[in-house]
Amino acid sequence: MGRKILFITTDQQRYDALGCNGGTIARTPNIDALSKAGITFDRAHPQNVVCMPSRSTMITGQHVSTHGVWMNGVPLPTDAPSIANDLRSVGYATALIGKAHFEPLLDPFLRFTENQLGNQRKTTNNPDDPHRGFDFMELSTHGAVGQLHYSQWVRDNHPEAIAGYYQVLDHELQVNAQGGGDTNAPQVKNNPIPTEWYHTHWVAQRTIDWLNSLPEDRDWFCWMSFPDPHHPWDPPASELHRVPWRELDLPEGYIEDKSKREKVLDDKLRHWRGWYDGTFVSNYEAPAHWVPATLTADQVREVNAFTHVENELIDDAIGDVLNAINARGWANDLDVVYTTDHGEFQGDFGLLFKGPYHVDALMRLPLIWRPAPSANATPARVSAPVGLVSLAATFAHIAGIERPKYTEAPRLPVDDSDAQKLGHERVLTEWDSVLFGKIVHLRTICRDNWVCTAALDGTMNKSGEGELYDLVNDPLQHLNRWNDDSVRSLRDDLLSDMWDSLPAQVLPLRNMDAPV
Amino acid sequence: MGTVRRHAFVECDADTVWAFVGAPERLHEWFPITDCRVEGSKRWITLAAGIVFEEDIVTLDHDLRRFQYKIVNNSLIKFHLGTVDVIPDGENRCLVMYSTDMDPEVLALPIAGAASVGLAKVKQMFDGK
Repeated sequence: MGRKILFITTDQQRYDALGCNGGTIARTPNIDALSKAGITFDRAHPQNVVCMPSRSTMITGQHVSTHGVWMNGVPLPTDAPSIANDLRSVGYATALIGKAHFEPLLDPFLRFTENQLGNQRKTTNNPDDPHRGFDFMELSTHGAVGQLHYSQWVRDNHPEAIAGYYQVLDHELQVNAQGGGDTNAPQVKNNPIPTEWYHTHWVAQRTIDWLNSLPEDRDWFCWMSFPDPHHPWDPPASELHRVPWRELDLPEGYIEDKSKREKVLDDKLRHWRGWYDGTFVSNYEAPAHWVPATLTADQVREVNAFTHVENELIDDAIGDVLNAINARGWANDLDVVYTTDHGEFQGDFGLLFKGPYHVDALMRLPLIWRPAPSANATPARVSAPVGLVSLAATFAHIAGIERPKYTEAPRLPVDDSDAQKLGHERVLTEWDSVLFGKIVHLRTICRDNWVCTAALDGTMNKSGEGELYDLVNDPLQHLNRWNDDSVRSLRDDLLSDMWDSLPAQVLPLRNMDAPV
Repeated sequence: MGTVRRHAFVECDADTVWAFVGAPERLHEWFPITDCRVEGSKRWITLAAGIVFEEDIVTLDHDLRRFQYKIVNNSLIKFHLGTVDVIPDGENRCLVMYSTDMDPEVLALPIAGAASVGLAKVKQMFDGK
């Protein structure tokens, strides 16, 4: 028997969401225990800060320029590389339970397999050659509408719960700006759903059921993918007592003084201020009719509270799954990898949601690899920059197979010394949005504790403009040093390294077939 | 308003391709829908998710090789105009272009995605014919 792999992802979760990373609000003892026994990465970045491109990087081990899913709504081709295929080919049972999102969710023509499986209440399209290498797929997203399995389950078993969720889209099918809760914050709702019917619990229970269906001597790879804490923020109302919003301090990244906040925004690439003022929405990652400048301190508190309730529910669910795995006698051979696809502003800079903003709120991710106890790994914290692009190679390494040739990054390191040996010197992030004439292109490198973002020609920015942040002396990224002559040579060196390191973008860009 | 456009060059003469894509009742033979019914200047199409669109055929110009239609009587859709053009590009080649203007703009994207599938099917059916 080999090592089993539990790959846990959340959606839109910040690095500081977890106790092991210094978070002080959500209690996350199960994830903290994985960190304590494993390898915790303090500078892990996604290769794109929205769901579909980032998830496509996880499964392919490729940068966005290579796999071509440059924005939400661009489907990952069904014949794209998948590490699940490689693991399955050496005997692993494979499953993806929860949020996949390699294909658009808004799919009235039912063109995409994820939606077809949910619509037909099937868990595979072809047992001999399953979709993306997963023997078993049971999928969910945020809420209980749409075609996916969780929505069908709610519809079949608890239809009265559907209306309790926040209505994600408005009457124009835009991301809804409607407010709720006590503060009228956007995408917030008190959801009367019992915790046992909520999608976090459902994902964990379906994972346990799948694991319990396997024979004891089978190796397996299970991607357990929670849709939370991505907006809408509508956890079960019965759980809100966990984090009373009125008792929360404002996050460190929230700049209370309006004039100071706007000065910081004005120092960045122009699309920041355009979004803040409600004059430029680059894509569908935030409500089109919500103006961030209207965000109040209490709304920030309430969004943070709801988010941390969701973080605690995820931690509870992970505890349930780990207990079930222990009960099967697999604990000693179990590797757990925990991460998310991208971050969330959660009030930083007076903003919520995400978009073309390459700062820690969206790019610095929780990432933990707890190797199997049988591997006798030494716990460590890694400061070297790593990317989600290394996950596929890491899964291959755990399974004892060659790193697939299609992958573009080495496995994750076990410590900083290993990081140096493997060449983890820099991490790259790309952004491309082209939507009805609104265009933003960014390329970012993080190296040597600096983050450098170059804009390419677009609607609001021009080539030659950018952002440069010193992560040590300016951890909140308030001071853009792009035009600071004292660091000009450093900036140019970072840019040169970035352009040398980025893979050539596969052109033409593939079509965007849905908003999300 | 969302505006999208998809196209395909087909290695076949424009009249042959137009005889097919210019027939409103044959949409289901190339577009990814499950059913299509035409009565006079009305068309009803059914999507795989079960949604039915009622449409008005507003242009069927065999000289221009242009077909235009509108989705109507739909509480979600404030404006829609879909256009299919078949344009000759020499004797044995043509350009098939599918455009959609739509409010709400969001819906233009999945329709464009479906149009890409449809155009690929047309190309597969007629290339070299």
